[in-house]
Amino acid sequence: MIQVKGLNKWFGDHHVLHDVDLEVARGEVVVVIGPSGSGKSTLCRCLNRLESAGSGEILIDGVPAPVEGRELARLRADVGMVFQSFNLFQHKTVLENVMLAPMKVRGVTRAEAERTGRELLARVGIAEQAGKLPAQLSGGQQQRAAIARALAMRPKVMLFDEPTSALDPEMVGEVLDVMVGLAADGMTMVVVTHEMGFARRAADRVVFMDGGRIVETGEPNAFFEAPKTDRARDFLAKVLTH
Amino acid sequence: MSAVLDHLPEFWEGLLVTLQLTAASFAGAAAVGLVITAMRVSPVGVLRAIGTAYVETFQNLPLLVLLVLAVFGLPEIGIKAGLLTTAVVVIALYEAAYIAEALRSGVNAVSAGQGEAARALGLSFGQSLRHVVLPQALRTVIQPLGNVFIALTMNTSLAAAVGVVDLTAAANRVNLAEAQPIPIFVGAGLAYALIAACAGFVTGRLERRLGMVR
Repeated sequence: MIQVKGLNKWFGDHHVLHDVDLEVARGEVVVVIGPSGSGKSTLCRCLNRLESAGSGEILIDGVPAPVEGRELARLRADVGMVFQSFNLFQHKTVLENVMLAPMKVRGVTRAEAERTGRELLARVGIAEQAGKLPAQLSGGQQQRAAIARALAMRPKVMLFDEPTSALDPEMVGEVLDVMVGLAADGMTMVVVTHEMGFARRAADRVVFMDGGRIVETGEPNAFFEAPKTDRARDFLAKVLTH
Repeated sequence: MSAVLDHLPEFWEGLLVTLQLTAASFAGAAAVGLVITAMRVSPVGVLRAIGTAYVETFQNLPLLVLLVLAVFGLPEIGIKAGLLTTAVVVIALYEAAYIAEALRSGVNAVSAGQGEAARALGLSFGQSLRHVVLPQALRTVIQPLGNVFIALTMNTSLAAAVGVVDLTAAANRVNLAEAQPIPIFVGAGLAYALIAACAGFVTGRLERRLGMVR
């Protein structure tokens, strides 16, 4: 589904991604963890070209990801993305947020977009918030609306860039529940997160990044019980002691 | 006072021309300003450069110079248009630079995540600007746009200097006949103030109605 080969990325002189190779199979849930500044968010943003790659190759469904223009827009339509800060369109109601892209990008009729929009909002458990503006919702509700908005495009892959990092602790669960449900339905997912519980529960594979490199990758139980590298052991010791 | 009342028809004619100048050039300025804004925030370097050059050019030239140049210069190179049309086009192009700057500050006030989310959904740059960024930008710059409108209203009086018989020119003509500058120009001034007050009222209402909950 996604193949990343030899990806390098610089911000000025700062080398944020070093020769990253990653493959995500159809239906696979890959959770990317690692300390802040390890490049995991940048990797996630490179996958739909919100960040341009310095060098290396990204293939989506075997096709090189286009660099710009219409083809890039088409790629992004197939790759859903959920942001840390939700980024719901502030001037539109929740339902309008979900309907916009299917109508403008896919050419779906208003009635059809509204029908699927309401279905998706029900699926993420916020059907009764459809007519409200994003600012009137709690953080957890906003993030679930953002997931519904991404799903409305019927994406082949979903990218989650720290989807729960901006949430109050009591709202993290409701968002993770939706994501676990998606994973169970067979969605291909790349999830950048600090939620180790989610990684254990839903991941097919855990990717540990540090200093812009993929340091270790493995099946979640093996990774959490017996990390192979010192850096991963070190990181887990810090995040799991509490 | 009778100097004004005796010449109400002339004042009225002048006021109508001023209103036409104002409405037509504001509409033109809004359209051109929108295009310039889109160019200035576009990912294409050449378009950004053209947009910047446009704004710099028109903000750094006096409107009167532009009006005189267009009214007397354009016929020299074979471009002939009505006086009122010429004035409308010049004022529109000039004020477009100010509208573009107001709109751009609005675009900058919209968080980068909004455009990113739109593009991540597959909207093109134009679509995300039109459906996501600009509607939000507009809501934050209603007041500055109202100010541009008021400044534009006042600037239309410069058209009198190139022969357009607007409110200012009408007042001047009446004054030549009556020689009572104080009531005549105070009267004309009040008419301009009334237009500005209406604009202020409308922008206030719009701001309260469209103001965004964030």
